[in-house]
Amino acid sequence: MTIALEARNITKRFPGVLANDNIDLTLEAGEIHALLGENGAGKTTLMNILYGLWQPDSGEIYVKGEKVVFQDPSEAIARGIGMLHQHFMLVPVLTVAENIMLGQESVTAGIFLDRVQVIKRIEALSQNFGLEVDPRAYVKDLPVGVQQRVEILKILYREAGILILDEPTAVLTPQEAEELFKIMRNLAQQGKSIIFITHKLKEVLAVADRITVLRAGRVVGTTTPQETSEAQLASMMVGREVILSVKKKPAQPKEVVLEVKDLHVLSDRLNPVVNGVSFVVRAGEILGLAGVQGNGQTELVEAITGLRPAVRGEIRFLGKEITNAPPRRVLERGTAHIPEDRQEDGLVLPFPVHDNLVLNTYYRNPFAHGLALQEKAIVATAQDLVEHFDVRTPSVFVPVLNLSGGNQQKVIVARELSRPIRLLVAAQPTRGLDVGSIEYIHQRLVEKRDQGCAVLLVSTELDEIISLSDRIAVIFRGKIVATLEASGAAREKLGLLMAGAEAT
Amino acid sequence: MPPEKNWGCSWPEQKPHRGADLDQAQAEATLEKAKPVPLGGRAALRRGLRPLRLPGLALLTALIVGAIFIIVTDEQILAAAGNFFSDPLGFFTLTLGKIAWAYAALIQGAVSNPLDIIAGLFTYITTGDNSTFLRSLRPISESLVRATPFIFAGLAVGLGFRAGLFNIGAEGQLIMGGLFSVYVGYAFTGLPIFIHLPLALAAGFLGGALWGFIPGFLKARVGAHEVINTIMLNWIAILFSRWILAGPLSRDGFVPISPNVLPSAALPQFFPNPIRFHAGFFLALGVAYLVWWFLFKTTAGFELRSVGANPSAARAAGMNIGRNIILAMVLSGGLAGLAGTIDVLGWRYNMGVDFAAGVGFDSIAVALIARSHPIGIIFSGLLFGMLRAGTKQMEAIAHVPVDIVFILQALIIMFVAAPEIIRLLYRIRVERGVEEAVLTRGWQQK
Repeated sequence: MTIALEARNITKRFPGVLANDNIDLTLEAGEIHALLGENGAGKTTLMNILYGLWQPDSGEIYVKGEKVVFQDPSEAIARGIGMLHQHFMLVPVLTVAENIMLGQESVTAGIFLDRVQVIKRIEALSQNFGLEVDPRAYVKDLPVGVQQRVEILKILYREAGILILDEPTAVLTPQEAEELFKIMRNLAQQGKSIIFITHKLKEVLAVADRITVLRAGRVVGTTTPQETSEAQLASMMVGREVILSVKKKPAQPKEVVLEVKDLHVLSDRLNPVVNGVSFVVRAGEILGLAGVQGNGQTELVEAITGLRPAVRGEIRFLGKEITNAPPRRVLERGTAHIPEDRQEDGLVLPFPVHDNLVLNTYYRNPFAHGLALQEKAIVATAQDLVEHFDVRTPSVFVPVLNLSGGNQQKVIVARELSRPIRLLVAAQPTRGLDVGSIEYIHQRLVEKRDQGCAVLLVSTELDEIISLSDRIAVIFRGKIVATLEASGAAREKLGLLMAGAEAT
Repeated sequence: MPPEKNWGCSWPEQKPHRGADLDQAQAEATLEKAKPVPLGGRAALRRGLRPLRLPGLALLTALIVGAIFIIVTDEQILAAAGNFFSDPLGFFTLTLGKIAWAYAALIQGAVSNPLDIIAGLFTYITTGDNSTFLRSLRPISESLVRATPFIFAGLAVGLGFRAGLFNIGAEGQLIMGGLFSVYVGYAFTGLPIFIHLPLALAAGFLGGALWGFIPGFLKARVGAHEVINTIMLNWIAILFSRWILAGPLSRDGFVPISPNVLPSAALPQFFPNPIRFHAGFFLALGVAYLVWWFLFKTTAGFELRSVGANPSAARAAGMNIGRNIILAMVLSGGLAGLAGTIDVLGWRYNMGVDFAAGVGFDSIAVALIARSHPIGIIFSGLLFGMLRAGTKQMEAIAHVPVDIVFILQALIIMFVAAPEIIRLLYRIRVERGVEEAVLTRGWQQK
């Protein structure tokens, strides 16, 4: 086998952090090489170095045995390296073909776009690699999974031989992820080399040829799916034994805390996205709401927490109606909300940790007397919470911006769970988090349940739903299509229900 | 939820709500830790000066670039440049002399000439005549008088920025504040100063606040962008003032100048003519402190800053976005109103049509330079006051056109607004972990 890309002794230092410490990585031609590591392990730094966004402090990069120094991404692209970013870089109002040729337009007679030629090339590429896309479709009309294919096509169009995929499954449904894996295998078979960045262990085992695990900027080891297991990978990533399955006692459901009856909610574009949803969540149980992203979960949660008006139906909290109550009243009744988009709805990023920890209690005793904020009380409480909820931060005065994703989420969890609450609404609570943080947050959710909280868990991760929930409701196109006891719910059946199959 | 009311659904160790059993000693220890460590003189000084580094270098760079403009607009220098090869030394001495002369004149106009002070003091001691001494202090007094409205209006714009609002309407709010205060100042007769003066100040605040409320309310209710509406309201205020000053408020029915405010509504001055320095400057310092306290030490300020930095998170945390927008615009407008009021009650005593003279617009720059920090605004306000006051001297002594000062202002704003240029020029690394005010948001915000 020939070696497509090799990194030797890559070291990159940021003020106060050794992001990459003597990292070696070899990518063989035609292999899928998974790069596994927690947030902050140095995966992104390494990839940005390979893609020419940053220069290493020391170390060398070889492409096909030839030493290279990249000043910026264009030089990496010229060497056949392409990157699929986590956030798509597409222009929604342009067609697929236009997006793909953007920056590399083929022209006839010097000024006219040669769409025909481009479309032909794209179609050839699609067929070759099994990437089904209509080049004439507008990107804004395409589902996320297909948009991702457009991104991959964009890389292939630039004749890349090495593809770096940065957490490509984070935005996909289980089915779409399966599709992507097929495409990846296809690409590898035809000689393309792929670096696959992720922290989902199952995916790694399913698709990778080799696996390199990073921890704290160092390579912990390289292995293959045949030689390793989920548990072993997890402990390599975290550096200690990790409990992957959540241990919990049987639920002891009590009174109804949240009751949603025939709820109708509109999206931002005023489309009906929640169409007559009804369910109850009892004290002491976790109700898992499973569903593919974009089936109304977001709007449903916003309606429950008072952030979005309900056009019809009612929401009751301990028997009292809170339909269309202002958010503050919902919070004060005893609802905790871990929002889906933590940076957008959960945190004020430039504010220090201590301010974020009192973001919804700042006006209460002991944090305020009248109009005056009580800094001492706020800081002391923050200090306490940071310790109890294991938020890794240099101090409570650091802006939340500087914390890793997992620790940002812990700040929200600490804030929400430290209030006296009866209902916990957790939307995608572990999205994008590393194994250690996921384990931690799962334990907290179960703990809350055992203390008699009603927990509504909204997640697109089937594994998360199955391992945590006591009951599972499946939402599809704004309707609950089935509600099952967790014990009797098979993975395959749930997957089908999420995809819209009729409940039997 | 009061802390004692616990639904058995509290957090891990079943402790009562945090803060109920606050460990004061620990809190104090932590706060202590947060303070800059006493590093020894030099290090502490460097740390203290760090926030001034970028604006300071921006000012320096502006002065350097400004020097180029002084050179290329000077005919003598241009003539000398023609003889550059025959007399290079002459060209350089002329150029450097000119620049030094111009900036010295600017400083002399903004602060004063130390020689004049000494001479004035000498006359005062020997003859008991203090007029020359006072005259020598006039430049610095003028700078402070000019700086005062800049500080108020800068605070207005800065407070808006902190709330995520771009209040371009300080000019109009300032005019409305001036109109309200001048009316109360001359029309309410027979009041003692301790009632009349606060009343006139309050009226000025109210006038500006009203002008700020309108765009605030429109934004909160129907989402109309405050940039558009404040610009529109500037024109309404300007044209309204022209009409009302020429009509109902005119002192004789024709000349567009209002009657003078009564002495009972005037801010106290401390020195005889020509020193116009008045109590308004101290009021500005006090209000700057108040604004700082409000923004950083109160719940309402916390809300305002949260809404400014991330409205979605603020809303999810139960804050009322609309109410905060209105509050921010009312306070911002009120502060801008005071900027107009302070000139009326401090030294103008009346209002004419060209009253605002762009102070409201320049105050955007004042806030930007200070990165919307109330204490920083005192200093950037002073800088602008000094530039305005120093201009005349520069023109009179060094024959440098007034426009150079406006070019200087523009350059300072440019370099402050584009800190990357300064970082690149002086090779300064980006500091992480500094809370920065959101300056503006896009047009498409919800």
